[in-house]
Amino acid sequence: MTRFFAWTAFLLGVLFFVLPLVGMTEFSLKMRRGEYSFDAYRRVFEDQRFWDTFSYSLILAGATIVFGVLLVVPTAYWVRLKLPQARPVIEFITLLPLVIPAIVIVFGYIRLYNTSSVLPLTGSALGTDFLLTMGYATLALPYMYRAVDTGLRTIDVATLTEAAQSLGAGWITILARIILPNVLVAVLSGAFLTLAIVIGEFTMAALLNRPAFGPFMQLLGANRAYEPPALAVIAFAITWGCMGLIQLVTRFSKHERAKV
Amino acid sequence: MAFLDLTNLEKVFGTNRVVKDFSLGVDKGEFVSLLGPSGCGKTTVLRMVAGFETPTSGSIRIDGQDVTDQRTNQRAIGMMFQAYALFPNMTVADNVAFGLKVKGVPRAEREARVIEMLQLIGLPDLASRFPFQLSGGQQQRVALARALAPQPRVLLLDEPLSALDAKVRVSLRNEIREIQRELGITTIFVTHDQEEAMSISDRIVVMNGGIAEQAGAPFEIYNNPRTRFVAGFVGTLNMFTAMVEDAERGLITVAGQRIALATGAIEARNGETVNLALRPEAIRLGRAVSCEVVLPATIEAVHFLGSVIRVRARVAGTVVALDTFNRPDQPPPPLGSTAEISFAASDVILLPA
Amino acid sequence: MSEAQLRRPPKRRLPVEWLGILPFVAFAMLFLIMPTMKIVIGAFQSPEGGFTLQNLIDLNTDSIRSAYWTSIKLSLITALLGCAAGFAMASAVVFGGLPKRVRSPLLTFSGVASNFAGVPLAFAFIATLGPAGLVTLWLKTEFGINLRAMGFNLLSFWGLVVTYLFFQIPLMILIIIPALDGLKREWREAAEVLGATGAQYWRMVALPILFPSILGTFALLFANSFGAVATAFALTGPQLNIVPIKLFAQIRGDVLGNPNLGYALAFGMIVITGLANVTYIVLRTRSERWLK
Repeated sequence: MTRFFAWTAFLLGVLFFVLPLVGMTEFSLKMRRGEYSFDAYRRVFEDQRFWDTFSYSLILAGATIVFGVLLVVPTAYWVRLKLPQARPVIEFITLLPLVIPAIVIVFGYIRLYNTSSVLPLTGSALGTDFLLTMGYATLALPYMYRAVDTGLRTIDVATLTEAAQSLGAGWITILARIILPNVLVAVLSGAFLTLAIVIGEFTMAALLNRPAFGPFMQLLGANRAYEPPALAVIAFAITWGCMGLIQLVTRFSKHERAKV
Repeated sequence: MAFLDLTNLEKVFGTNRVVKDFSLGVDKGEFVSLLGPSGCGKTTVLRMVAGFETPTSGSIRIDGQDVTDQRTNQRAIGMMFQAYALFPNMTVADNVAFGLKVKGVPRAEREARVIEMLQLIGLPDLASRFPFQLSGGQQQRVALARALAPQPRVLLLDEPLSALDAKVRVSLRNEIREIQRELGITTIFVTHDQEEAMSISDRIVVMNGGIAEQAGAPFEIYNNPRTRFVAGFVGTLNMFTAMVEDAERGLITVAGQRIALATGAIEARNGETVNLALRPEAIRLGRAVSCEVVLPATIEAVHFLGSVIRVRARVAGTVVALDTFNRPDQPPPPLGSTAEISFAASDVILLPA
Repeated sequence: MSEAQLRRPPKRRLPVEWLGILPFVAFAMLFLIMPTMKIVIGAFQSPEGGFTLQNLIDLNTDSIRSAYWTSIKLSLITALLGCAAGFAMASAVVFGGLPKRVRSPLLTFSGVASNFAGVPLAFAFIATLGPAGLVTLWLKTEFGINLRAMGFNLLSFWGLVVTYLFFQIPLMILIIIPALDGLKREWREAAEVLGATGAQYWRMVALPILFPSILGTFALLFANSFGAVATAFALTGPQLNIVPIKLFAQIRGDVLGNPNLGYALAFGMIVITGLANVTYIVLRTRSERWLK
């Protein structure tokens, strides 16, 4: 009886999740009348804007990850080591982006850093790119911080630091050569999750008017029929790839640990 | 017929027969321990009595009523688990009252019973605490109160002491036994700790590989183990091989010494090798008055345990352990020295091959 | 040390330790707190810069009221359905006797699906349930069922609900499976042995223990769909009247004709997600008395 309900719930769920995936794949192959073809994909890949926007988003994702790691790892480390009393505040701040909608945050950016403000970031393309990177870092903050902090919990931060200090290591050395390698798996997980979030992000990029992959997809969706599902398949493959890489690094690290 | 009757119980998981033809009768008010190494089937027997596992064959009767196919929540039994089985979202009082609440016992009666139970376990002031605020020993006491509150017909204890530290373990086991006696509740206690089993049980069932190797009072099990496994599992044992000289008269030789067994005739052929066992406390250092068998030995190790000194000595090619009481005027023998050990022929346990 | 010295705190040294989190604090101030404050303050400012409640009062138009109402309804329904369906699937996998092999793929897939939101998700659903979508056509040709005639339109409220569930359900699964794993077997067995039925166990033990997790996920799912722009925008364009779409249009082109009304609109969003989270925190503290 229980098993029957369990299977029913599970299979209904699977159906719900599989159908859209089948739907988009099938639709994306229907460009040529009467037969399946990869024409839609060819059209997408022949479009220069696809490559431009995709590489733009990729670069921004890279910048976001680098900035996020440089910001989050030392902070999480320092809070664990020296400022445990600041933990609740820091954690509260890192969770704020889950509560404040992205559209509100970017609205604030536009009004705070417009051309007539003290810090006219939106005045130049580079400034806006920087602002967008900061926005993405904000979106990724809850995940990144959570991942790194969990990673730090599994190692004895204080002892490792004291050991390194007793051998004459400075702060930079400790962070780069002791702490970072130990939380590498957590950092990589956070990085791939950030990539998955940033690569197709629409709201911030569209409102800051930057040529990112998300707005490009939306634009294509408004004007074409067969390319959008092809883009959806590509985006899904990227997301899947990111999650697969997270699993891979996690499994790899377990393997490594098992060997020791 | 016994109060709790397990008849020819069998349990098969896949191709693995975990419990084989297990029968046991427990009298009303009796405290019976199932003792054995992990994987011997003792926990499975207990879980079948609780109704968490359905026997592949055989039957379970409580007070004359066949409960083999009854659901767990119909069986009116109480159970204590290894650890952390208290409901973490309820106070101590709510935990204890749980069984009464699901039975629909009115509030006033429930509250009175909770107070009574908490007094029984000696924690009357902790009613409004949550489990995480209690020590391990306190948690297990509350678990006992919770199990007893609905007045179960049978109490099942699934290694309830194994997660506690040594001191608490001893005091709590005595407390459990006292409460059990006071209430006269029929109890099955599962453990892998032979000392624990022997100290509190009316009767012990030693299990191995899914079967009951021997059942009996602790004294009986310890002094007259019927199988080699029981002898080895319960207490420490020294093993010798001996040659049968005259089976009809019970004469054997160990290291050139002839021993006349107290049992008289033995079931073996002359010239055959048999296994002898001796408890450490049956072997004396030096020639003791009542000990007719004397063997030369070399002292290999001395462990000072306090009231008891355990000496390891090499005798006839094997190392034996023997216990002597500590006496301030008699320091233990130095390592490497030669000595004599002695034991009485009547203490020799002859094990089946 | 004299008593007076003891009572008076020693002269403050420069708190060197706090310097360590200075970069983080600066980042949070510049790109999280201050932008948000700008919105909050702007909501109470007149175009001339003085204090006013007029912006908030101006929110009280039919169109904006209904946008808020639709958004709240959408978020509540998708959070509720997401929690229910996610819980059903998670408990099917954890307790339902399903083969162990399905568990890890389900978790991986949930990780993917919960992040597969936004524009591509809208495309996937258009290709499936849209006017020319796979399922729509299949139902029409095989069974003669015309979804459109039956009142279903993907580009409508319920279409949005179905689409949002694609990331809401997996999020619930991801969070609740570890919580279900945390339910100890002994609790269930202890309840059974004490005479409780399965339903009593769930009502008195399991659900109270899970309640904080479920509640937290509910709040998260609520905020998740309340602030979502991309999926709705790609699905329906600017026509659907929900708050984030309205705000999007306002930021792009000041469709409300009053820049400060935009602040008020955004402020309303913060208030609602904030309220959802305060409710969550209050309920959680009350239901977690039994935790450390």
